[in-house]
Amino acid sequence: MKEISINLNFEIRSVWVESSETLLDVLRDKLGVKSPKCGCERGDCGACTVLLDGKPVRSCLILAVEADKHDIITVEGLSADKLSALQEAFIQYNSFQCGFCAPGIILAVTELLQKNPHPSLLEIKESIAGHLCRCTGYTPIFDAILAISKGDK
Amino acid sequence: MALAHDFDYARPQSMAEVLDLLNTHRDKAKILAGGTDLIVSIKEAMMAPELLIDIKEIPDLGQIHREGEQIVIGAGVTFTQLLEDPLIKSHFPMLWDAAATVASTGIRNRATLAGNICSAVPSLDSAPALLCYEATVHCESKSGLRQIPIHEWFLAPRKTLLQPDELLSKIEMPIPPRNSTGIYLKLGRYNGEDLAQAGWGIWLDTENHYRIAHCALAPIPKRAPEIEALLNGNALSDALIERAAALVESAIKPITDIRSSREYRVHISRVMLKRGLLAARARLQGEEVEPKALLGGFA
Repeated sequence: MKEISINLNFEIRSVWVESSETLLDVLRDKLGVKSPKCGCERGDCGACTVLLDGKPVRSCLILAVEADKHDIITVEGLSADKLSALQEAFIQYNSFQCGFCAPGIILAVTELLQKNPHPSLLEIKESIAGHLCRCTGYTPIFDAILAISKGDK
Repeated sequence: MALAHDFDYARPQSMAEVLDLLNTHRDKAKILAGGTDLIVSIKEAMMAPELLIDIKEIPDLGQIHREGEQIVIGAGVTFTQLLEDPLIKSHFPMLWDAAATVASTGIRNRATLAGNICSAVPSLDSAPALLCYEATVHCESKSGLRQIPIHEWFLAPRKTLLQPDELLSKIEMPIPPRNSTGIYLKLGRYNGEDLAQAGWGIWLDTENHYRIAHCALAPIPKRAPEIEALLNGNALSDALIERAAALVESAIKPITDIRSSREYRVHISRVMLKRGLLAARARLQGEEVEPKALLGGFA
């Protein structure tokens, strides 16, 4: 076992892990952060996405030991005080049903909007390619993000 | 829950440490950069290393820089870094196109170019560009440095010239002449995390020199010398493009797999080569070309 220290949602957290534990499992099972979801476990579905040093990554393909001394943000960190405008838009546009894909998509798009506050539909599609949603057909997700992009909210 | 297979993890701070570890552990050790292939392989029990050597804290390996007339891409450089580098976009458009088609943003933020060619699956998107830009692969070990031309690198699916005690430390490419350009066309079934059903890289210059390479269409990615020989010295014309397309079937050895049939791969390759040649010429003439739009665009 190794002790690692992660800046998780703006709070330093220390935890003992095996080398072979994934970041996803440690976040969910040892640190109690449940928004990253375990979907395909091979990087295809995007449900386990977290922001690592500000960039969306697949936490199912990262070892917890690799995250030692790095910054991790999950949806819990985005909405510590109140929901972000993007989260509000997801509610307004009914952009999720089961909710399994929503944390990953919200994190990916949060990063996109930081780099590019007014993305086109094409740029939005590119940023969430690799995030599978089986409920919505994606249209309400695009609508919510486009509303933010156009500054409606 | 940990991965079923247990291993040790090292995060060395210098090249010397990496090479020492590799020399001691050899094929029991695996280099960990992005991990997007490696962790999947361990999860699926295709590999069972005893030690993972994380190279992400070795500063030089994370850099793209220019050395004279060469560009040097370190082993830790991710596809996102390639996409954000102005030198790649302006001088190596085919590599930029390829990087943009690799999986999804979340994967590109971790996955490395070096890892892509070490995994060496037949469909690897970066290979046609590296073959057309005539890259050199640098492999370091305690016994020294080997510089391997990319066209010798791939041996078979998932097999390369890399030895167990070696680290692929960097990939070097000569800066192409100003009067040349390239394009990479990838056919996948959907955007985000799909492997290529077929990939074609096309390079040309204003003096009618051509370089053509493909992936996912043979056991290893390859140049197509017979097509290059037909094209070289000739300006593109409808008749020439038809003759080039007629050579496609003999230039590739596709298989039928879960992603497409052999027959479809042959058919679509003719289409891709024709559209790719015209698109590369358009790019050479200064037009903006979006490769994804050439094959049906976004789903």
